[in-house]
Amino acid sequence: MGIYKRLTISQKQIVWAWGLLAIPIVFYVVVRFYPTANAILLSFQEWNLLGARNWAGLDNYAKLFSDPTFWKVFGNTFLYLILGTPASLLVAFVIAFHLDKVRFMHGTIRALYFLPFMTSAVAMAWVWRWFYQPVPIGVFNNTLATFGIPQIPFLNSTTYALPSILAPAIWAGLGFQVIIFMAGLRAIPQTYYEAARIDGVSAWETLTEITLPLLKPTIVFLVVFSSIGFLRIFDHVFNMTSNDPGGPLNSTKPLVLMIYETAFDSFDMGYAAAQTVVLFAVLLVVSLLQLRVMRDR
Amino acid sequence: MTHLKKWMLGATTAACALFATGSAQAVEIEYWQYFFEPRVKAMETLIENFEKANPDITVKMTHFPYADYRTKVAAAIPAGQGPDVVQLFYGWLNDYVNAQLIQPLPADVFPPAEIEAEFFPMVQAMKRRDQYMALPTAVRSLALFYNKRLFDKAGIDGPPKTLDELVETAKKLTQKDGAGNLSTVGITTGMNAQDHHWFREVLVRQFGGDPYTDNYRTVNYNTDAGKAALKFYSDLEFTHNVTAAGFMDEPQAAFKAGRAGMHIDGSFRIGALNKVRGLKWGVAELPAAADGTQSNYSSYWVNGITSKATDEKYDAAVKFMKYVTSDEAMQVWLDTVGELPAKPSAAMTEANAEHEVYGPFIKGLGYAKTTIFANESGQRQALMNMVARMRLEDQSAEDSLAQAASGEQKILDDYYN
Repeated sequence: MGIYKRLTISQKQIVWAWGLLAIPIVFYVVVRFYPTANAILLSFQEWNLLGARNWAGLDNYAKLFSDPTFWKVFGNTFLYLILGTPASLLVAFVIAFHLDKVRFMHGTIRALYFLPFMTSAVAMAWVWRWFYQPVPIGVFNNTLATFGIPQIPFLNSTTYALPSILAPAIWAGLGFQVIIFMAGLRAIPQTYYEAARIDGVSAWETLTEITLPLLKPTIVFLVVFSSIGFLRIFDHVFNMTSNDPGGPLNSTKPLVLMIYETAFDSFDMGYAAAQTVVLFAVLLVVSLLQLRVMRDR
Repeated sequence: MTHLKKWMLGATTAACALFATGSAQAVEIEYWQYFFEPRVKAMETLIENFEKANPDITVKMTHFPYADYRTKVAAAIPAGQGPDVVQLFYGWLNDYVNAQLIQPLPADVFPPAEIEAEFFPMVQAMKRRDQYMALPTAVRSLALFYNKRLFDKAGIDGPPKTLDELVETAKKLTQKDGAGNLSTVGITTGMNAQDHHWFREVLVRQFGGDPYTDNYRTVNYNTDAGKAALKFYSDLEFTHNVTAAGFMDEPQAAFKAGRAGMHIDGSFRIGALNKVRGLKWGVAELPAAADGTQSNYSSYWVNGITSKATDEKYDAAVKFMKYVTSDEAMQVWLDTVGELPAKPSAAMTEANAEHEVYGPFIKGLGYAKTTIFANESGQRQALMNMVARMRLEDQSAEDSLAQAASGEQKILDDYYN
């Protein structure tokens, strides 16, 4: 106690600042950095959760890169990203752009778009799973059957299953993206648009020359944010395909689901950790790449 | 600083004292199982009876949702936390024995010769060297559930006795709507449910094969018998069109909804079906092969004593184990959970063996086999993909079977080497 009393006010302030900062730092070290470091270490070991952890060198990585399932899953993960990010951004922008101009019931419509974002992903996935069922319980297929159109095997097909799962995932994130886009649109000064109107610039040119360039920070944020989301997709896939996780024939399995299965079905913790490290590296590279490409020169 | 130290010291002492008082007078042992309402109720009854007979011992039961159970047990026991007596799936035992987390049952209280004489033979998979590591209270087997209303409507007298009859019965039960879509299936299908057990231990054997050799370390169904079994199984869906994968989302849902004439499932389904109002169902033994061969698959959960139990806790745990593997406990388990007694002496009583619902399952136990899995979900996936490849990629049955066999062999090799 004596030492503290002898400190000057500014030194005391520093002590307090660090004292308060210590809480999040300790929290991060204990629940983030330590497990991350431990996972990287574990990826070079063999462990079934029960016995001792044995060194395995690069065995886990060698096994991973020679595993055809991994490459299939790796491809799926990028498919979610490549289809999901542009589609969700495009739809979100179109909605935001027009919603911005709507005055009638603006708040209500905006709330309706935001509603799916607040819904639990598990509940949503199960409802969509039932929508997609074949006759006699699936809404979509029952409708098709009523008109005499052949059924579509939404989730029971290697071609349609992935887009079928992606659709509700995009819908779920849409509300958030619409809100962010609208905030971005509102932040563009009206004077630019007034100047454009006076100069007689067409609507298309206003969009491509004024709106989109000035929205760039918003777009960069959303691209990075939604890319990370799609690369980590799990809830929707797991809940919509729990009869055949990531199936049929691994056609919808993302990397996170493979990690989950390796860890908690096979109890091959080292191998799962190696997959996690690869996912971490992918997320890092994709995020850095996007930030670089979309950054202002 | 000194303040903090004093406070921490005080807190620790208080905590120690708090925990110590619990075990000072009576021995308390902890028991873990997964949450399934009838199981928890049955165990509550057993604990009550046990505590009455042993007033100096208390048993504390903890249960978790099934989804987390395996992970929680695997995390707690190596850390020296958690249960003294634990319920494990028979397939997990190997890993626990290898990691020395389960203590063998003392041979004076559980003599191996006596166990072998008293329990159903598949329990012998729990023996390591000359000692038993764990024992079940109850076992489960498969049977054919059938919808009595649909049978009456189709004018069928009773459940099929043979595989050929099964196909004919299924054809009569199948209903289609105007567009040719299935509205009621004759029999459910899905390797993801119990059908992978039916294929492995029942169909392959009934067509003259032996699904594994070398104590379940070598896959042996890529043979003529395996081909015949797969042909029979896949013909139901692809040739006879009496069923469809994914119909009503999952096989048991289709049967519950009255949209399936027949359904192969385990005895653990009885409780859930009893709750379905308006469903009139019956149970029959699995259909025999043309030559009369019968087979069945049995699985079970075992109770074992963990390495955490020492001294008086160990003695209490042994007593508790003795009680939960007694005939009395088995009858309680059957009456409450609907799972079958692990001893013929308890199972084969006249009332049980002739029981309308339990009877077919109990008869099945007499000729049941237990697969020793290295990774059940992985091995199941191999068979699911086998049929999915035929459905979605038009792969021939021969090629798909060969691919499934080599895929499953790889899982086994990875595990045992």
